[in-house]
Amino acid sequence: MTEVFSPSHLSEALSLMERIPGIRPMSGGTDLLVRQRAMGEVDPSPLMLLSRIDELGGIGFQKGELVLGAATPFARIVSHPLVKTHAPPLATAAATIGGPALRNMATIGGNIQTASPAADSLPALYVMRARLVLVSHVGTRILPIDEFIRGPGKTDLLPNELIMEIRIPSADGSEAWHFEKVGRRKSLAIAVASFCGMLRFSGDGKVSEARFAWGSVAPTVARSVEAEQAVIGSRLDQGSVKKSILATQASLAPIDDIRATAEYRRMLAVGLLACFLDAPRSGG
Amino acid sequence: MMLTFRLNGKPVTVSAPPDRRVVDILREDLGLTGTKESCGSGECGACTILIDGETRLSCLMIAAQIDGAEITTVEGLTSTEEGGILMEAFVEQGAVQCGYCTPGMELSALPLLKDTQQMDREAIKVALSGNLCRCTGYVKIVDAVARAGAIIAEKRDKA
Repeated sequence: MTEVFSPSHLSEALSLMERIPGIRPMSGGTDLLVRQRAMGEVDPSPLMLLSRIDELGGIGFQKGELVLGAATPFARIVSHPLVKTHAPPLATAAATIGGPALRNMATIGGNIQTASPAADSLPALYVMRARLVLVSHVGTRILPIDEFIRGPGKTDLLPNELIMEIRIPSADGSEAWHFEKVGRRKSLAIAVASFCGMLRFSGDGKVSEARFAWGSVAPTVARSVEAEQAVIGSRLDQGSVKKSILATQASLAPIDDIRATAEYRRMLAVGLLACFLDAPRSGG
Repeated sequence: MMLTFRLNGKPVTVSAPPDRRVVDILREDLGLTGTKESCGSGECGACTILIDGETRLSCLMIAAQIDGAEITTVEGLTSTEEGGILMEAFVEQGAVQCGYCTPGMELSALPLLKDTQQMDREAIKVALSGNLCRCTGYVKIVDAVARAGAIIAEKRDKA
């Protein structure tokens, strides 16, 4: 039997983590319990539920940033007006995760800490320059999402730390966004490839900023600075779009696995970018 | 640990290890075998129950998470008017073949029937998108939920 703690305050949770080395924080449990079952043996280390800690829940807006408590389930993120306004591609991405019951359980902090190459929330978080507030009994620190994720299943989280908040600079409404996930079926499917893109335009209609990120085509979220550079300063004419596509082809190195071949993934990744660049204003 | 929660409207106290799966507490400890387990890993929806009116997967929950909760399983479906209408619609529309997915399907549909104004065929498909059925091809299940929604909407209009 595994002991289970259910703290109702963050301070209580942090002191439990200090006192009991190896204690396992559990948020929605939709990864942790599946992994435990797949291993076939019960890990005797105590569990600590995060769902009753007020400080880890909730969605707010502070100083130009959308602030999401790490233990916020995806169902709240999908439907919350603040997320739809300030982080539209995250709301779109959250709606593609698992199925409705799973989205009532699975949390954004859990999705980040699991650090799956196919994590549906990560490409949007990379494109939106999300930062994570990490907390331990010693204090807090803030890390950009791309510095936090270190590899498949690997993050920078220390043993005594929790992800407390996800902070996302607000969209100003001038951006064109797109998120799209391609899986074997629409629901309850792991991404074969996913894409999130953002474009900003200056007054003369030229692209002033571009950010692209792909999921499921590399050990972590893939970016291509060359593909972004290729369209910056352009009006998305054929030549610069083609340059961007070629740069994507050259910079992504997906793998073959049970869901798709590397070649198909590369084709998808390029196609998702091409669709976005073809009609950037129709995104969502 | 001693757990206290409300199950289908009645208070329940049961002793269980804090990490015991909720589906096992329901089926084995309490004998409520209406809740089914299929994949055991959150990919099929057969074990769907309601916690405080929202869908959850009972194979991916542990005892400590349900202390103090309000739980609805398929055994409690007919204790609400909507649930009774939903069950009858499943029978009437022939939405059941082997029946294994039915409890999960019905519980996934139930929260939708609270607000029938929002209920079109697409909303029904989304609500049921986490529940797999390998017999019916889904059409009759969606028909049944739509039928229940129409009956409930009509009753509300009259009231």
